[in-house]
Amino acid sequence: MTRFATTFAKPRPALVTFITAGDGDTGAILDALVAGGADVIELGMPFTDPMADGPAIQAANLRALAKGTTTATIFAIAAAFRQRHPNVPLVLMGYANPMTIRGADWFAAECAKAGVDGVICVDIPSEEDAELGPSLRAAGVDLIRLATPTTDAARLPDVLNGAGGFLYYVSVAGITGLQQAAQASIEDAVARLKAATDLPVAVGFGIRTPEQAAQIAKVADGVVVGSAFIDIIAEHGDAAAPYVEAFTRTLADAIHGAKEIAA
Amino acid sequence: MTHAPNSLRTGPDERGHFGQFGGRYVAETLMPLILDLERHYRAAQADPAFKAEFDYLLKHYVGRPSPLWLAERLTANLGGAKIYLKREDLNHTGAHKINNCIGQILLAKRMGKQKIIAETGAGQHGVATATVAALFGLPCTIFMGAVDVARQQPNVFRMKLLGAEVVAVESGAKTLKDAMNEALRHWVANVHDTFYIIGTVAGPHPYPELVRDFQSVIGDEARAQILEAEGRLPDMLIAPVGGGSNAIGLFHPFLDDEGVEIVGVEAAGEGLDGKHAASLAGGRPGILHGNKTYLLQDEDGQITEAHSISAGLDYPGIGPEHSWLHDIGRVRYEPVTDDEALASFQKLTKLEGIIPALESAHAIAAAERIAPTLGKDKVIIVNCSGRGDKDIFTVADALGVEL
Repeated sequence: MTRFATTFAKPRPALVTFITAGDGDTGAILDALVAGGADVIELGMPFTDPMADGPAIQAANLRALAKGTTTATIFAIAAAFRQRHPNVPLVLMGYANPMTIRGADWFAAECAKAGVDGVICVDIPSEEDAELGPSLRAAGVDLIRLATPTTDAARLPDVLNGAGGFLYYVSVAGITGLQQAAQASIEDAVARLKAATDLPVAVGFGIRTPEQAAQIAKVADGVVVGSAFIDIIAEHGDAAAPYVEAFTRTLADAIHGAKEIAA
Repeated sequence: MTHAPNSLRTGPDERGHFGQFGGRYVAETLMPLILDLERHYRAAQADPAFKAEFDYLLKHYVGRPSPLWLAERLTANLGGAKIYLKREDLNHTGAHKINNCIGQILLAKRMGKQKIIAETGAGQHGVATATVAALFGLPCTIFMGAVDVARQQPNVFRMKLLGAEVVAVESGAKTLKDAMNEALRHWVANVHDTFYIIGTVAGPHPYPELVRDFQSVIGDEARAQILEAEGRLPDMLIAPVGGGSNAIGLFHPFLDDEGVEIVGVEAAGEGLDGKHAASLAGGRPGILHGNKTYLLQDEDGQITEAHSISAGLDYPGIGPEHSWLHDIGRVRYEPVTDDEALASFQKLTKLEGIIPALESAHAIAAAERIAPTLGKDKVIIVNCSGRGDKDIFTVADALGVEL
């Protein structure tokens, strides 16, 4: 079984956490996420022009780049993480240009070598799959696709074609970190998506508190939290790890117990 | 219009690609909207009423056709090929940008969108967008880098007078590419009621195609006008290229005419060894702002800052069709520096009584370089894409004059 399959086979929803590589003491923060109970780690690849991100993650991208974070740095962080945590799924999330600049085959091979399980590319929709998808799939790395409130029924099969790992439902038509969608609309969307695919469905965008996370975990297979971690790292910098671990624990407790409480 | 099967004018393909360039590299949230825009554009192309309204507005509101001016004193001064200027500077709002904005506001109306957004660098596209939004009574928000807001105050004031809200973008380098990022962010959050009027032949398909089509009025007119004036096609076309909308508008109707040499002029800023905005001469293919094209970037694919004395050329990319025309060799792209553009700005003003935009001054500089090497029997058309009123503060500053 792949690390994704093992993780999502557990009888409880998964906590999916996002941080930006190179922002703060990334190695220590990754360890803190795992120690706090995160089930899947999304590691953001910083980009100069993060068009789909709100102010918090934009700033994290610039902090990471200002510290000299390169693609080589990111793969070194990923490989070291894999050494320390052999079982936790690791996802690289970012934009097309840094992923494809040396060629998709090169990127896919580096992902496989570093022990990266999946890749989310914000600006490669299914229409442009050829840019990255075939190389990732050939290297055994899952391409994780995004579905949004604007993804209609006619389009969904295209989005699912070639998708792997899990399906990321972006619950808000907007950018990261700002508003949260209504619970009812999320429940409808997740039901619709789960009817169309066997992939686990994780829900993200605008989820900042254990209470919000627990609500969504009642219906989703995973809950993604990003900007709230970025805010902690922005505030505490290189000393952020213990704060990250404490916050992760509150989220993990809320999410992992959500379905038992519901039942 | 029908073209030969091997025509250079038939692109892009059905997926929006010009060779390896172009495409639709956007967040999933925007994909359904982009596909919807394409459907509406195809319907508009097939609707004679759409073209009739577009033509009516270009004639009676924009003031087209713009003249093709034989620049006799410039020609005599350079001592070579005969130089004609296509006077897009005489359009309403002072540049070619208005042609495209007229077309896109008509599309917005067809799609039932109630709000307009746009990005702008020098402010010409912002002014043109604010103008058509005022004409059609739609609320309008213009995203502009904070640095550009500071250096283009007259255009910022114009946009506000026209009723637009101008958002000063503080992220990144606070210039055009950051304004485009912010416009895309706003669009993603407001897809249901908002139309994004992109100002150049870049962005996700179908924008490069539809902007080109709306701007091709420039080349269509120039072709008819030069046939009337000279009884033949020109030997060469020259136009400045930032994103490249005025250039593709002039070039496109001539792409299949093998005898017409075509030159695009990139902003070389302080020179190709220093800070510049020459994406073709100094960049390589990559993906940004919804399309694959030549970009200024480092070895990790991080976008690097562009520089040009012309705020309108200060962008690290170029339209994908230009990248393709460059790769197949149909168009030759030449760099012109800030200093050369500044000298040509003054030269054209003094010789012809025309103050060109700094963008256009780049094309004039290339003409100055090339015309003397050609015989007097040769004919060049240079696109005077806009007027220089907006740039007089920048030019004064560069010349050490206090206004």
